[in-house]
Amino acid sequence: MKIEKKSKVKIEIPMSSMPDIVFMLLFFFMVTTVLRTYAGLNVELPEAERIKKLEGRSHISYLWIDRNGDMSWNDVPCGPDKTLYQLAHNKRLSDNQLVVSCKYDRRVNMGIIAEAHEQLRKAGALAINFATRSKSR
Amino acid sequence: MVIKRRQKDGAEIPTSSMADIAFLLLIFFLVSTTINTDKGIDMMLPDWGNTLDVPKRNIMNILIDQSGQLMVDGNITQLAFLQETVRKRSEENDKLIVSLKPHKSTEYDDFIAVMDQIKLAGATRVSIADPDK
Repeated sequence: MKIEKKSKVKIEIPMSSMPDIVFMLLFFFMVTTVLRTYAGLNVELPEAERIKKLEGRSHISYLWIDRNGDMSWNDVPCGPDKTLYQLAHNKRLSDNQLVVSCKYDRRVNMGIIAEAHEQLRKAGALAINFATRSKSR
Repeated sequence: MVIKRRQKDGAEIPTSSMADIAFLLLIFFLVSTTINTDKGIDMMLPDWGNTLDVPKRNIMNILIDQSGQLMVDGNITQLAFLQETVRKRSEENDKLIVSLKPHKSTEYDDFIAVMDQIKLAGATRVSIADPDK
């Protein structure tokens, strides 16, 4: 029996479109990247089931309250008084689609949260989102 | 005087390193991109100074004490039964507003657990009452 020899054809991956692919990926990441991130406070978020993903990152401001009751608005220390009102009010004036992501520690008392919400209401920052973790089943 | 003619050389931008530059930028954005992971329970706070009169029959009062115990319209309830109670009441009355009133010493964790059950029951009109000072 005669065994046929395999033909020695060189297989090459076409590289001419490589820069196009790279550029396409580059533009995607350039558009989706948000470089601004906040350090925040050390909080342990509560867990919940019925949670939604928060869209429109450029409109989100963050309010942290840690277990000691310390408060921070976009990394600026504040209290549940005029300081928070001023920060929220200034942000609300520059962005009318503002959403406040509330990152509160799970052991914080509702008293301080109510005081903070009162300032947010006065400032007109009404859309809020209670940041939670997904419940592990 | 003889004026020298300029040579007509075609000026070209070297493009051979274009792919390298693009790769470099790509890697930078790949590393610095953070995928949006913000998630939680949406809520709309009422406007300051804007009070609305709501008929009593359209309000479902839920009180949470400092230990996380619940009282729904005057009856002590367990968290496990809350979802069913809210769902039943919402089906009976489509104008129902769930009013949630925590104690000032209630832990946020207990509040979120109740809020989660209300949202799971499909209630859309939820109001948070300020705790008594």
